[in-house]
Amino acid sequence: GAAAVVPAMLSLDFLDDVRRMNKRQLYYQVLNFGMIVSSALMIWKGLMVVTGSESPIVVVLSGSMEPAFHRGDLLFLTNRIEDPIRVGEIVVFRIEGREIPIVHRVLKIHEKQNGDIKFLTKGDNNAVDDRGLYKRGQHWLEKKDVVGRARGFVPYIGIVTILMNDYPKFKYAVLFLLGLFVLVHRE
Amino acid sequence: LRRNVEDFTGPRERSDLAFVTFDITADILNEKSGLRTFCNKILMLIFNIFDWNVKQLFLYLSAEYSTKNNALNQVVLWDKIILRGDNPRLFLKDMKSKYFFFDDGNGLKGNRNVTLTLSWNVVPNAGLLPLVTGSGHMSVPFPDTYETTKSY
Repeated sequence: GAAAVVPAMLSLDFLDDVRRMNKRQLYYQVLNFGMIVSSALMIWKGLMVVTGSESPIVVVLSGSMEPAFHRGDLLFLTNRIEDPIRVGEIVVFRIEGREIPIVHRVLKIHEKQNGDIKFLTKGDNNAVDDRGLYKRGQHWLEKKDVVGRARGFVPYIGIVTILMNDYPKFKYAVLFLLGLFVLVHRE
Repeated sequence: LRRNVEDFTGPRERSDLAFVTFDITADILNEKSGLRTFCNKILMLIFNIFDWNVKQLFLYLSAEYSTKNNALNQVVLWDKIILRGDNPRLFLKDMKSKYFFFDDGNGLKGNRNVTLTLSWNVVPNAGLLPLVTGSGHMSVPFPDTYETTKSY
């Protein structure tokens, strides 16, 4: 009777769906994926513009600013020209020729009338200032070395980035799972 | 030798009852490098800054001044980390200046306008990282002549 017909109709629908899950569906899913990636990139670029920083979000990599920041904490940066560099600020800077950005606090500044500034930094958890870290012969940092000033932070979350860097297998696993999820998930 | 007592009360909305007395008991100007060291006694009472989202305070005393070479100079003389749960009453006696006070040049000699201010960076458990400056400030005029170094 009626009970036998319903399951039959359902199974037919299922088969149709599988057949329809063909090239068109696949292209659609790929486009969907592309859109998500583009949106993410746009948001990131937008952040770069708004904050004035080439790297608006950074992960703390060392313990030199403990107990304020620990490895894995996420920092939100701005680097607006209208905000002058002043002592006490937490700056993220790069030493010329080195890739890894450092997060420390400004200890001393000397600023000229025209705005040219040279400054010295030190990590809260370090006993001495950063002169030993700078390039040979370099005694001060300048505006061009600054990636941004830390304006806010969230603890722990950056640990995922550190794990992905230290364990490439973990990174591939995460990317693979993400890709799988997006392709299989049907809107 | 100079004695100064100053109150660095912070702005109301951030730190209702921060109160600092800063007492310079000796200062020495070294003739070679314009090096200035302070021996100072700081009594601090800090109430009500620590709410549920304040993890620590980074307190620092900085000197600000202008010289012929540079329109603006700022030098941190002393800093301290105060964690939530620390004794809110800090009495630091006979503390020497933590960082050497070097100028970029010889701009400290005869400088009448060196201002000391107390500021702090509020570090939350999560959120914004504001820098707050206490409203009091102290002017420390430097003498016109160098003195020979005294032992202290």
